[in-house]
Amino acid sequence: MIEIVTGLWDALPPLVQYLTVVLSKILLVSIAVILTVAFSTYFERKVIGSMQARVGPNRVGPLGLLQPFADVIKLLIKEVVVPTKSNKFLFVIAPLLTLVPALAAWAVIPMNDWFVIADINAGLLYVLALTSLGVYGVILAGWATNSKYAFLGAMRSAAQIVAYEIAMGFALVGVLMAGGSLNLGDIVAAQSGGFSNWFLIPLLPLFLVYWISGVAETNRAPFDVAEGESEIVAGFHVEYSGVAFALFFLAEYANMVLISGLTAIFFLGGWASPFEGIGFLQQWGDIPLIGWIFSGGFPWLFLKIAFFMYTFFWMRATFPRYRYDQIMRLGWKVFIPITIIWIAVEGVMAWMHIGPWSGLTI
Amino acid sequence: MNRLISYIKTFSLWELLKGLSVTQRNFFRKSVTLEYPDEKTPQSPRFRGLHALRRYPNGEERCIACKLCEAVCPALAITIESNVSEDGTRRTSRYDIDLFKCIYCGFCEEACPVDAIVETRIHEYHMEAPGENIMTKDKLLAVGDKYDAMIAADKAADAKYR
Repeated sequence: MIEIVTGLWDALPPLVQYLTVVLSKILLVSIAVILTVAFSTYFERKVIGSMQARVGPNRVGPLGLLQPFADVIKLLIKEVVVPTKSNKFLFVIAPLLTLVPALAAWAVIPMNDWFVIADINAGLLYVLALTSLGVYGVILAGWATNSKYAFLGAMRSAAQIVAYEIAMGFALVGVLMAGGSLNLGDIVAAQSGGFSNWFLIPLLPLFLVYWISGVAETNRAPFDVAEGESEIVAGFHVEYSGVAFALFFLAEYANMVLISGLTAIFFLGGWASPFEGIGFLQQWGDIPLIGWIFSGGFPWLFLKIAFFMYTFFWMRATFPRYRYDQIMRLGWKVFIPITIIWIAVEGVMAWMHIGPWSGLTI
Repeated sequence: MNRLISYIKTFSLWELLKGLSVTQRNFFRKSVTLEYPDEKTPQSPRFRGLHALRRYPNGEERCIACKLCEAVCPALAITIESNVSEDGTRRTSRYDIDLFKCIYCGFCEEACPVDAIVETRIHEYHMEAPGENIMTKDKLLAVGDKYDAMIAADKAADAKYR
């Protein structure tokens, strides 16, 4: 049986073999991301419920675990209402324009030391480019709807995303200076060797700036003025319903998972284990089921992403919404100066050969 | 100096961390949710819910059509018409309560000299078609017959405070 399968596989032309491998990797990652998104909505409702002394969803399936599927089915069978005076083509493609970059960015995210869809050497640039693309979907959605609320929401959210994009990019400059590479796998490899080698510690200000900018970038609380129920109903997706709304929802949560994953990779060592530097623990690294605790692997990345997702929900349950001018002040007048100063400090330290940036040569 | 402290506080995100710690403490608190269809809050015997008309133990209607409830009703939800029955007593020929108008104040129950109209502790009822909000005499008597034991027990529990 196995010989027949391998024989068939070898008989295929190399291009087909290559495409099959890549497409199945893409399918695997997309399904994993979509499932993560589905369950992070459940996770969010449970976490925020607990923080408000409620129980959260617990009716659909055991412990309410089937709630995300019930929500998805509900959204799928609802009617998509297209406003009469809207630009129908743009109205329909706008949700896709937000979702596609959020999913496409996963192509360069290394899941462990061998699994990555596209191991390109400018992965960080690719990530920056794709996370910026999401704003087009938001602007187009707000404009195509032809509603003043949607338009105002889109303008707010676009200005906010553009403002925080800069701080985010500068924070990543610090990361690539410390890591010495634009390839995400290499950045993780540069952080190997235990907790003390993670960029979290030497780049703490950049970590905070990156994380908070990431929250602002995804339009989540406390930076969710784009939604602003009390002022502009629901922001750029007021008129969306059914599947189109589901796509926006999916894109928002996919972006959150993406930002969590990127923060884990840039500052928390991605799949690396925090116990790596400790000598006597290394001998347990080869134990089949729990070896990953000591030697690192995908479960660590998953745990780190889960922690950051939890922090997203934690912040949502804690902080009131920022006023719009305060958001702009924080982005332009606080974060950008902090990142620039820290990049300068980092450069000087690397030039004087002080600190952990030994890989960097100037 | 104060300015320095305030800068340190700002940049260490002190206030934000304090806020986060509050929510995190509450995260571990037991939830106070009452899972309604499975669990219910305790009810007072004085609970004012759906109305009922009661009968004497021999099956005779208590209501004597004095119309005190109709007079006292602040929402004008009660409509009564009366005539003389075969045995020569005054009886209602019509006794309607509009549940949409009713504010469940319990004045009708207080005004009734013969404890005929009462408000039961039934609060989980609904209407499915227009017109079902009118509780006619037959429907009120049916409720009274069905829940007579409960109504009597509630009345007895409350009697010593009256």
